[in-house]
Amino acid sequence: MIPNEYLPIAVLFILATGLAALVIILGHAFGPRRPTARKLMPYESGMTPIGPGTRRIRVAFYMIAVDFILFDIEVVFFLPWAVYARELSYYGLLVIGIFTVLLLVGFIYAWKKGALEWE
Amino acid sequence: MIPLSWYLILAAAMFCVGLYGVLARRNAIAILLGIELMLNAVNINVVAFWRYLNPENIAGQAFALIVFAVAAAEVAVGLALIIALYRRRNTIVAEEIDLLKW
Amino acid sequence: MTVMQILFLLIGLVTLAASVMVVSTRNMVRAALYLIVTLFGVAVLYVLLNAGFFAVVQVVIYIGAISILFIFAVMLTRDVTGLQAAAFNRTWLLAAFLALVLFGGLFLALQGWSGFETVPPAFTDDTPTIRDLGLALVSPDGYVIPFEVASVLLVAAMIGAIYVAWGRK
Repeated sequence: MIPNEYLPIAVLFILATGLAALVIILGHAFGPRRPTARKLMPYESGMTPIGPGTRRIRVAFYMIAVDFILFDIEVVFFLPWAVYARELSYYGLLVIGIFTVLLLVGFIYAWKKGALEWE
Repeated sequence: MIPLSWYLILAAAMFCVGLYGVLARRNAIAILLGIELMLNAVNINVVAFWRYLNPENIAGQAFALIVFAVAAAEVAVGLALIIALYRRRNTIVAEEIDLLKW
Repeated sequence: MTVMQILFLLIGLVTLAASVMVVSTRNMVRAALYLIVTLFGVAVLYVLLNAGFFAVVQVVIYIGAISILFIFAVMLTRDVTGLQAAAFNRTWLLAAFLALVLFGGLFLALQGWSGFETVPPAFTDDTPTIRDLGLALVSPDGYVIPFEVASVLLVAAMIGAIYVAWGRK
């Protein structure tokens, strides 16, 4: 039932997780660990750390992520069209063109709003 | 061969876990995470029904694809609202956002 | 028990356990990371359902973009959602009860349905491929309107998200 073409992905997945787990386990098993309070402190170039380590990030990161979602979905919708593009010819191009232009409106808005700037 | 019932039960369980997250969590982002779980459960159902009941009909796949797009739109707007809320009220706890409550 | 059934049970167990962790862990970053495990489990379920395209879509959209959005949002609002604050509201027991009742109700309702134990029909030449999906999405007697409306929805959502989150300058 499950096609064999997924076998390499499964093998790759198992290898990747297995290797990562192996490295961590080996490090724990053979590395000497003599922790002291000072050693366990977050490293801050030799200074005593001030405040919590979990600071807020800038909203610009979120803007980039929203733009990314737009293009991500564009790609996903392109894919079924792209495998059939030759047969669909100009009609398919028109449909996908409207789709793209509409999505570009959002991108231009983000651009004009300055959401992509990183001063 | 996996019977259809297994997928349906798994999806139902995932939906209920998501529902619990939506109803019980205080953090607004955690509530959105619960909604994500519920949407995924629904999508499992859509694809499973397509595969088991009517694989010749493309409607199941087209439907699932639209659900993906809607989910992405919902998350982008929902999280933006939470960020705006955080900026104005300095809280994202769902109970403390009660300005419109009587 | 065939190999497929054991595989399904394994994946289902991991997916469900991860989804329980999503709603129960206090640490929001961990909740987002557990969500990625859940989403990956769902992607594998799509593979088991012979919907390889949706497995890819799941990885690209959900794991690639939506979970990143969640992690950024958690990092943006981090300092108010510390670990010391209560994670659940006062009515969480009622919520758990409601969720269990809903699951029981769904289970009973599904059990009475005749198609509950259906096994998947074998693939024939009529079974749609990704080419058929492409044709259906753009053909006028198919889903061209939902296809274009999806882009309108996305643009509206994106402009809304940017306007709301960007704030005054």
